[in-house]
Amino acid sequence: MDDLELVTLTERQRKARRNRSIAIGLALAALVIIFYVATIAKFGPAILNRPM
Amino acid sequence: MALVDHTRIEDADFRMSEATAGDFFALLKPRVMSLVVFTAFVGLIAAPVTINPFLAVIAILSVAIGAGASGALNMWYDADIDAVMTRTATRPVPSGRVTPGEALSFGLVLSALSVITLGVLVNWLSASLLAFTIFFYAVIYTMWLKRWTPQNIVIGGAAGAFPPMIGWAAATGSISLESVILFLIIFLWTPPHFWALALFKSDDYSRAGVPMMPNVAGEASTRRQIFAYALVLAPIGVLPWGLGYTTAVYGIVASLLGAGFVWYSWKVLRMSDADRAMKPAKALFGYSLLYLFAIFAVYLGDRLVEHALNLGGV
Repeated sequence: MDDLELVTLTERQRKARRNRSIAIGLALAALVIIFYVATIAKFGPAILNRPM
Repeated sequence: MALVDHTRIEDADFRMSEATAGDFFALLKPRVMSLVVFTAFVGLIAAPVTINPFLAVIAILSVAIGAGASGALNMWYDADIDAVMTRTATRPVPSGRVTPGEALSFGLVLSALSVITLGVLVNWLSASLLAFTIFFYAVIYTMWLKRWTPQNIVIGGAAGAFPPMIGWAAATGSISLESVILFLIIFLWTPPHFWALALFKSDDYSRAGVPMMPNVAGEASTRRQIFAYALVLAPIGVLPWGLGYTTAVYGIVASLLGAGFVWYSWKVLRMSDADRAMKPAKALFGYSLLYLFAIFAVYLGDRLVEHALNLGGV
């Protein structure tokens, strides 16, 4: 275990990774909203009104 | 005991990325994308069928992402060419901010995502056209034509001409003669637009080994071909009125814009071989951008007014 090598990110790399993470998060959130609203737009609000 | 006992970095090429979201956005060629979005929007809105506004937004977004994806695939493949051209040397791949592998993955994932989204949420005809457009730009143009023939942008221009047809197909689920004319306008506009650029950037292209028309056939031949395309483009631009799709307002404006295109091309044709400043070529390049934007904007306005009058029962 003594020769364990870890990658230490530089400040610039950490900032870039955070920037990319936020962008991916926003893109995924946008996709969820798009598919949710598109489902209602295509099928109409009746899709939410199912007999239990 | 840890699952991973040993971490060793032996790959000499291994590096932690410093690419930001902005670098990946640049891979999408946002300026080209804006023209694609605009022409797809015109095709979608001008179609005689009204589409749910939210699905319209999704259709345009999908076309934008698909166009961006083909731009990323282009930048992956063309990094060697981009590196030696002043106009493109600062792009994310040649400048080293994004690796070629990252650009390739990014392009492939976005291609699949845009086509599937358009197919599932709008219709599969428009999705098929988008998939074909991406394939045409990334494989037929970028990998094959661009380095092989001076007709590269003539044939490859089809990729940039498809968006209004995709927009039309997204709204109607079909292809019509009117949408094919919109395709033709962009298709015929592409060669004089790019050859005007190639005239005053010919050193760049020859350094990169890209067989653009001025480097292969010479500047005089390129100037003649620009003028010939302008003579064909101008009447095709007026055709939507000629076939009765628009009002005379579009017909008049399109005629004036076409006459302007022929005039600027004529100035390029008359340009002397000794003219290294190439002001006429630069002027034509600038005017060609204005022409395409204006003719589509007027066409859109004309169709919107007609839709509004029809809805109002006038």
